[in-house]
Order: sequence, then C-alpha cells, then structure tokens
Amino acid sequence: MKREKPQSFNTVPIKERLTIPRQDMPEQDALLRSTNFLEVNLGFTPEQAVIEAQRCIECKNPTCMEGCPVNIKIPDFIQLICNKDFMGAAEKIKEDNSLPAVCGRVCPQETQCEQVCVVGKRFEPVAIGRLERFVADYAMLHGNGSAKTIEKPKPSGQKVAIVGSGPAGLAVASDLIKEGHDITVFEALHEFGGVLVYGIPEFRLPKAILREEVANLEAKGVKFIKNFIVGRTMTIQELMTDEGYDAVFLGLGAGLPRFMNIPGENLNGVYSANEFLTRSNLMRGYEFPEWDTPLYRAKHAIIVGGGNTAMDAVRTAKRLGADEASIVYRRSEEEMPARNEEIHHAKEEGVQFLNLVNPIEFIGDEQGNVVMAKCLRMKLGEPDESGRRRPIPMEGSEFTMDVDMVVIAVGNGSNPLIAQTTPEIETNKWGNIVADDDGRTSMEGVFAGGDIVSGGATVILAMGAGRKSAAAISEYLKEKVGSVT
Amino acid sequence: MYKILKAKFIAPNVKSFIIEAPLIAKKRQAGQFVMLRVHDKGERIPITIADSDIKAGWINIIVQGLGKTSAHLNTLEAGDHLQDLVGPLGLPTHIENWGTLVCISGGVGTAEALPIAAAGKAAGNRVISIIGARNKDLIIAEAQMAELVDEVRISTDDGSAGRHGLVTDVLQDIMDEGIKPDMIVAIGPLPMMAAVSNQTKEIGIPTMVSLNAIMVDGTGMCGACRATVGGKTVFVCVDGPEFDGHQVDFKELGMRQKMYKKQEAESHKCFLEKQMKKLKTEQAEEVSS
Repeated sequence: MKREKPQSFNTVPIKERLTIPRQDMPEQDALLRSTNFLEVNLGFTPEQAVIEAQRCIECKNPTCMEGCPVNIKIPDFIQLICNKDFMGAAEKIKEDNSLPAVCGRVCPQETQCEQVCVVGKRFEPVAIGRLERFVADYAMLHGNGSAKTIEKPKPSGQKVAIVGSGPAGLAVASDLIKEGHDITVFEALHEFGGVLVYGIPEFRLPKAILREEVANLEAKGVKFIKNFIVGRTMTIQELMTDEGYDAVFLGLGAGLPRFMNIPGENLNGVYSANEFLTRSNLMRGYEFPEWDTPLYRAKHAIIVGGGNTAMDAVRTAKRLGADEASIVYRRSEEEMPARNEEIHHAKEEGVQFLNLVNPIEFIGDEQGNVVMAKCLRMKLGEPDESGRRRPIPMEGSEFTMDVDMVVIAVGNGSNPLIAQTTPEIETNKWGNIVADDDGRTSMEGVFAGGDIVSGGATVILAMGAGRKSAAAISEYLKEKVGSVT
Repeated sequence: MYKILKAKFIAPNVKSFIIEAPLIAKKRQAGQFVMLRVHDKGERIPITIADSDIKAGWINIIVQGLGKTSAHLNTLEAGDHLQDLVGPLGLPTHIENWGTLVCISGGVGTAEALPIAAAGKAAGNRVISIIGARNKDLIIAEAQMAELVDEVRISTDDGSAGRHGLVTDVLQDIMDEGIKPDMIVAIGPLPMMAAVSNQTKEIGIPTMVSLNAIMVDGTGMCGACRATVGGKTVFVCVDGPEFDGHQVDFKELGMRQKMYKKQEAESHKCFLEKQMKKLKTEQAEEVSS
C-alpha cells in the first residue's frame, strides 16, 4: 500500500497520548430513548473529536486502513481533525467512502479498523468510527456537496444502470459519476437507500442523513428513478438494448426472508424481521394511525435471532410499547453476530436475552393470533463450519412462553426475480448471483455485488463490493470504447 | 406522481380508474398487479390490473372502497395523482388451450377476470363466465365480459338478477347440462374461491384461484403475503398470485386477511372523521359566501 505519511498536526507528545482516555459518545438516556425513535447516539462535540484524534500515535504502518474494507485514509483524516480542519477530514474520507455519515453509524468498527488499531493492543483503540461520524455530520451541517462547488467531469458518453439504491448501488454510483458516465439508479420502493431505509431504524440511522447523502449524489449528476422494478417494469436486456445502457450493476440486496419451517409460523403476529422493520421504518408504522400502515403493538414480543437485525427489531418492539421484549437466541451471547454496541444498547433499554433457547412451535388462538411459543433449551457442542460452537437441543428441556408477537430474524435468502426474468445470469443453489471478485456475472456488461452475491452481510462490505465492481465497470467501459473505435 | 386520466363509479362503492403508466401498460400480462400509495403517508396496497392500453399508455384498475386506503383512493377524480405506482408484479396467468374454461368471478374480481378470460379465449378455449354478486347493482363488467366470452351466466344472492343463488349453483347447473369444464379460474372474495375449490376438488376439475393477501413491498422482500399451499409456505407476491385452489389453506389465509381488522377500523374511522370535517368546512364556506 503506497501512501505518503500525512502531515502531523498532533501537538500532544506521544507518551501523553496514551494517557488520554477514549472519549465517550454522548447518548440519549436509556429510559427516555426506549420510548422514542430519535437517534440514540448523539455524536462527539468538536472538542471531544480533537481530543480523541490526539490519541492516534501515527503508526508507520497504519493497520487501521487495512482493516477497513474500503481502505479509508484513516491516519490522514485523523490528523486533519487534530488541526480542526473538519471539512478537510470529511473530504479525505470521501475519497474512498461516499457514505461516511452512514458508515460512521452502522459499520462494525470494532471488528474492522478499530480491532487492528495499534493503540488498542494495550489501551482502548482510537474511536475511528465515532470520528468518521463526527466529521461526516460536521460537513453535512456546514453545507457539503452543494451543487456549485462540484466540478462535473467531461461526459464519457456512456450510460450505466444501477439496480438498487442500497449501499452497494450508491457506492458504484459515487465512483462512476466521477468519471463522467451517465448514471441512473433504479429503485423498486418509493424511497432511496435500500436496506438503509427499510431495515435500519431511525434511532440508529436517521432518514434525513440518508436523504442528504442521496441528494449529494444527485447534485453530482446521478439520476434516481423510484417505483421501477428491473426484471418487471423493464428487463436487464431491455435496459441494454432498448435504453442504451452500456453496463448494468445489480445491487439487489438479500431479499426473501428466511423462516424456520416450524409449525405455527404463519400465525397472525408472527413477522419476518424484514416485514416488521419495513412496516416500522419505511412505512412509519410506529406513527400509526397518523401514517396509514398498521403494526402490532405487543405486550410480550420475542425476536428470534442474534444479529444486528434482531437487535433493531427487539428495540423497535420495545419502543412500540412492549412490556417485555426478548431476544431468543440458540447459542450464547459470545456467538452473537450483533455488534457489541447494539447488544449493550438493547440491554440498557430493558431488552431481555434468552440465550441457548430455540423455538420449535408457535401456538395460536381461535382467531389465528399467536399466543404461545414452545421452546427447547440448547447447549453448545463442537464448533461448526461457521467456527461457532454448534447448538445442540437438550432433551426434555421443553418449555412454553406466553407471547403475542414473534419476529423471525434468522437471515434472508435471495430474491427470485432476476433469476425468473433473466435466465442468462447464472445463480447458485441458494439463488445468489454468481460473480467473480470484481463483480462480473455470466452476462456481458452486467455486474453484481453486495448481499445478492455474498448473502446477507454488512453495509461496508456491500460498499466494498460496489467499489470493486465500479472499478471493473470502468475498465469494461474503456475497453468497449476501444473496441468501437 | 401518476396521473389519473379517468375515474368513475361503476357500482356502489366500486370505482374504475384509468391511470397514466406507459411502462406498466407495455409490460403487463393477465393476472399481474400493481402496488400503489395514495399519498405520502399512505399504505402500499396491491391491486390487480384489469386492462391496459399500450398505445395510449394507461392501465385500468377497479377499486372497491373497503378500508381506509381504498376509501381514500375512491375519493380521487380525473386530474388527481397517485403518490406511487409500481409494477407489473406477480407471475402472469398460465394460459393454455384446455378445452372449456369456466371463469368464475365475484365483486371486483370480475374486472380482474376480464384479461384472463380474454387470454383464455385467444388460446382457443370455449370460455364460459359465471358472475356472482349479492344483488343486481353490484354486478360489474358484465357487458365487457359478454363481448369476450362465449357465454355469461349471472347469479345473485337475492335473486335480483340471473339465477337466485351462488356461483357454485350455476357451476352445478352447467355440469348438470352435460358440460364438463376442463379448467376453472375463480377470482373474488375468499369464501367464494374456497367454496368453488371445494366443489371442484370433489369432482376433479383443476381450479386456479387468485389470492389477495396483505402485502407490504410486493416484490418478495418482506414475507407479509405468505400463504400455505400444498402444505408449503409460499409468498403470494412472487410465487403467485395464482395457485391451485385445491391446495390452498383458505382457513389460514382468511385469518391472515383479518390480521389488522382492528387497526384498519381505527384508521378508517380517523379518515371518515377527517372527511366529515372537510365536508362541514366546505359547507360552512359555501353558506358564508
């Protein structure tokens, strides 16, 4: 990785840096926030950001950058914060990441950049995620991306269609618009952002932030079309032959919720996490009847699963007024895929954790409403192919719980739409699109990345896949021009 | 925004809309539906496409005002706009030359049966249409259907038109006359589709039903629209909307359709109160001017 060491603006002597404590991010009081949908984390103050930035010891080999799936120039932006050049810091991040305000909020930094931070070997790592969030918010507040400051590149004359406006699609749009291509993002729903809109609650990622990020891309010239389902409203083939798109990127995400295939799963009150969160986040069910989409308000809700989605769902159920909202997870807390911060926040808000428990049946009343969950206790065996210890049912441990809402958050399969309408594109046995490391699919000029290729993953990994595809698309378009002339 | 070109009531509480949507008009096939939102705080609801015109670039939907969203939709007039409209969604109806096709429909289902009857006729079938309704006023699209098919038969619950009875009685009459249907398509209220499926299962006539489940996104993402067909869970939006009626668990679907009954009533009440208020203000303004 070739990169010049950034100019140091840190005035604190090295030894003293290690004595500075990691700065806590102010957050809404737990009792209060469990009753509202406002953002939980409130972000660093400028003073805190500078102090936190001063904790960086400016390693010769910045391992943090390698820990980031899109290789943000972390030491560079941290030094700019030390110099109080917050706008400069934001620009530096944006060279590699078009959605810093989003990533600063939802990236699992503790397993990426911060996990490999050298300071973190003996002390707490530099709070890179919180710093990213701070500069992104600062830049937003101080009018970044206003159209007049943007220099538009010379048009290339080539058109790219991006299918899906989630993290992968937005990353591709952001990289390719810089090269002067004519970019259109197609979205099936009525708001842009994909999983960032329907999947992540307002209290973790306010929609206003996302709208601002989309508006920035629009100001740079990216066109956005909503209510358009590629595969149905128009096929990929038609986009290329009739509408003249030279390349297509598929960032469809992981659709189709997975269920457990146990009795009673179709009872009323049993939701997939996708449905529950979509009703709440995208359709604002939590503001029913002011907004029209209904959503159950449970007395006792259980959420089955241990990922970030499960945490989002359980905290939503709590905010909707559940007396008891519990996570039911078949392994122990140690194996939970959710971020520590989310688990911690959930606990603070009064969420209960029933670990080493797995439902085997849901029981309904005469109207078909779920009233009870039958569960088994589990113990952990040897590690399985995921590297986590395998849950094994304990004989005779069956017990029941009274519940009036269940949310199944055990992951997603892939949406069958593209396979149904575009047989040219190869998919694997799980229905995911087969693509190489750079996102090339079996159909010429068509690239894919994010969850539709990898299966359910994180925002930043989808963006990383998007950036790789953008580079490959760019290369492909150059060759295409070359072959024409 | 999607412009409403024409809007008119075709039966009490049932309104027909012509909506500008050239891309959907071009693509849609029999059996497919759209998802729409009336306003920016609105629900997403699925509605079957009854007709379209590729040249003029419109689609036709028929809406029965049942809950808040459909009631609101039915207050819109030509020149108004829908907030969102997306489609066409769902798998197109599978059509082949079966021989004799009987299309059974009730309520707004008759409008939805039109494209299927037309496609069935075009594939070379002899097509008989059975239209059922509670009374004479609630029969829609009879004339359009008559133009498409070989024969139309009517049944009403109160005997105000056609045969006094149910669609299943008419189907029985047809068979008693020695006509053996090779395929049956039933579209309408759930109890009607369940009754037809029950009747035809016993005598072994393949029966296709179009399920109207509660949906949110309509593209396979959320799983709200699941139903049990042949003991397996299906998603009506991407696996359907049409299924083998003999395999559908109608009881479960019926319960799922009532999932939000309480909330829907609350929402509808709020809407009606707002409408009343609006009406009163308008009247007051009229009086004062």
